[in-house]
Amino acid sequence: MAEIPARLSAERTSQPGRTWTGRSGGQIAMHAVLTACKWLALVALAIFVLGPLIVMAIWAFAGQWTGNSLLPQQWSFKWWPDVFNQTGIADSIRLSLETATVVMLCSTVLCLPAAYAFARFRFAGRQPLLLAFLAANAFPKFGLYVTILTIFYQIHFNDTVQGIVLIQMIETLVFMIWIPATAFQNIDRSLEEAALDAGCSRFGTFMRITLPLAAPAIAVAMLLSFVAALDESQGTLIVGLPDNVTMPLIMYNAVNSYAQPEGAVFALMLSIPSLLLLGLAQYVARGRGVRILGA
Amino acid sequence: MAELALQHVVKYYGSVQAVRDVSLTVRSGELLCILGPSGCGKSTTLRMIGGFETVDGGDIAIDGHSITGFAPNKRPTAMVFQKYTLWPHMRIWENVAFGLKLRRLPRATIAKKVGEALEMVGLPETASRYPNQLSGGEQQRIALARALVLEPKVLLLDEPLSNLDARLRVRMRDEIKRIQRRTGITSVFVTHDQEEALSIADRIAVMSKGVLEQLDTPSRIYAQPRTLFVADFIGTMNVLDGTYRRDISAVQAEGTILPVHDVAWPDGHAVRVAIRPEDLQPAGEQREASFAGRVDVVMDLGHFRQLEVQLPSGRALKVFVPKERHVTPGEAIVLEATRYLIYAGEDAPAEFSPARRPLAF
Repeated sequence: MAEIPARLSAERTSQPGRTWTGRSGGQIAMHAVLTACKWLALVALAIFVLGPLIVMAIWAFAGQWTGNSLLPQQWSFKWWPDVFNQTGIADSIRLSLETATVVMLCSTVLCLPAAYAFARFRFAGRQPLLLAFLAANAFPKFGLYVTILTIFYQIHFNDTVQGIVLIQMIETLVFMIWIPATAFQNIDRSLEEAALDAGCSRFGTFMRITLPLAAPAIAVAMLLSFVAALDESQGTLIVGLPDNVTMPLIMYNAVNSYAQPEGAVFALMLSIPSLLLLGLAQYVARGRGVRILGA
Repeated sequence: MAELALQHVVKYYGSVQAVRDVSLTVRSGELLCILGPSGCGKSTTLRMIGGFETVDGGDIAIDGHSITGFAPNKRPTAMVFQKYTLWPHMRIWENVAFGLKLRRLPRATIAKKVGEALEMVGLPETASRYPNQLSGGEQQRIALARALVLEPKVLLLDEPLSNLDARLRVRMRDEIKRIQRRTGITSVFVTHDQEEALSIADRIAVMSKGVLEQLDTPSRIYAQPRTLFVADFIGTMNVLDGTYRRDISAVQAEGTILPVHDVAWPDGHAVRVAIRPEDLQPAGEQREASFAGRVDVVMDLGHFRQLEVQLPSGRALKVFVPKERHVTPGEAIVLEATRYLIYAGEDAPAEFSPARRPLAF
């Protein structure tokens, strides 16, 4: 540690065109220490966040990886055909993507108007209702799922796609209401009033002003919904079995019953849609959100 | 050109009466300022005209046609908001064109009108920028252009300058006045800044606690405030307690005799005397309508000096004197009131100028 500040300050002073007169050596050393600490903290954070993901990715391509070696002794694609050759895997991927998409879209359509109402109107029971959406996630869900299953048996929703969609929406409702509601609340009401004033209808104002301004937050909420639906296993397991098996269910099976790399391959595949959506959310946020923050 | 009329307009917030029976007419082409302290109901009144607040009683009409029941998007009014409220996700051009596009005007017409509007506020080069790339003053000028481009019958301005710094405020004020003159658009301008109102308005409506206190030209509002509230709120005013003495036909305040005439008050009637600082002149000796005191504070305000003169009772009088006159704190001074207003009750005040009375030899 003691060497780093000295080296950094040496670099600084040797840079052409930069003068550090007027700063004492102590100040320069202090500045260098702070900079070094900042970078160390960033690297630590990166390792903390990305480390497990990188290890997982390596496992997916490891032919042989034993002992204390940092990298696998042998690289290989051999687990990938294994995974794809398992029965039902293609079906499970399709089913997972389908249900996650449907869940995301359904909860968006259902929740956006509700989120707007929570943000803009004061009505009786507003606060308890808002909390109620959180409450579904505040208790152990297993009991809830079993109860729901008994209801689903009566209406023949067990082992159906509709059943899976409904059960996964329990989790996504929270994101799709709380995040957009906060975003709507943060949009200055007079921006909407100005649109009304210009002759725009209330619905038009929502579509042209409110929705575009809340788009980054809505994109994030949709992403979280999609990932939550894709990842959901408890409820899906209870409601979907025996015929409707999604990717996480297969993955649990793979992790328990097969070699470790196969689980990693699954996990990697499960992350692809999330990564794509994350990129999309970034794109939307960069296009619009920055300007909102700047305004 | 349009005339806006408010008749007995009332607004409640819960059980609180925010606007109480306000009636006023804004003449065609006039710029009317609604002036008052915060919470006086001025913004609420404006928002009722714009349609953003429901009207709980009375009627609002433009050119004789009631607009009370209309939503904001169905009213021929356009508002400039305090916080600019340009839509951050649209370029300046799109902001200004927004309302025209809704009216489904031909593309060429929109382009022409937007160009003219941007030209009018002096910012044609900003068309392709986003609002956050503009300064506060520029954003407010665009907001003005966005309102004017719709050619509303009545232009509403809700404290449009209060977010700007002092210098810019004065410049924008003059610019709004210039544009309003040129377009001849009937305008209502809400502000809490009396200097702004006095300088920009054709007429001023002073409001307090939901009540319209006075509606008059700036000069009359200043010279003849109808109520004590207006007297105190507009400009600087010295207000003293006094008693009417019928035997000498004068009001006695702070030991000073202020002559009055043609009044019908009972003897001993409690009144309030209001004197503008510029109506107090340093005098050589103490006589009728003059106050003796000691200079407490001298403030140099550029082209004149403001004195605070302490009377024997401890009350202070504010006085404006020319810069040339040399005054030091602590010196004794006699001030003669050349003009004063006396508030004796609900009625308009009585005005007296003893100095202008013919001298009796």
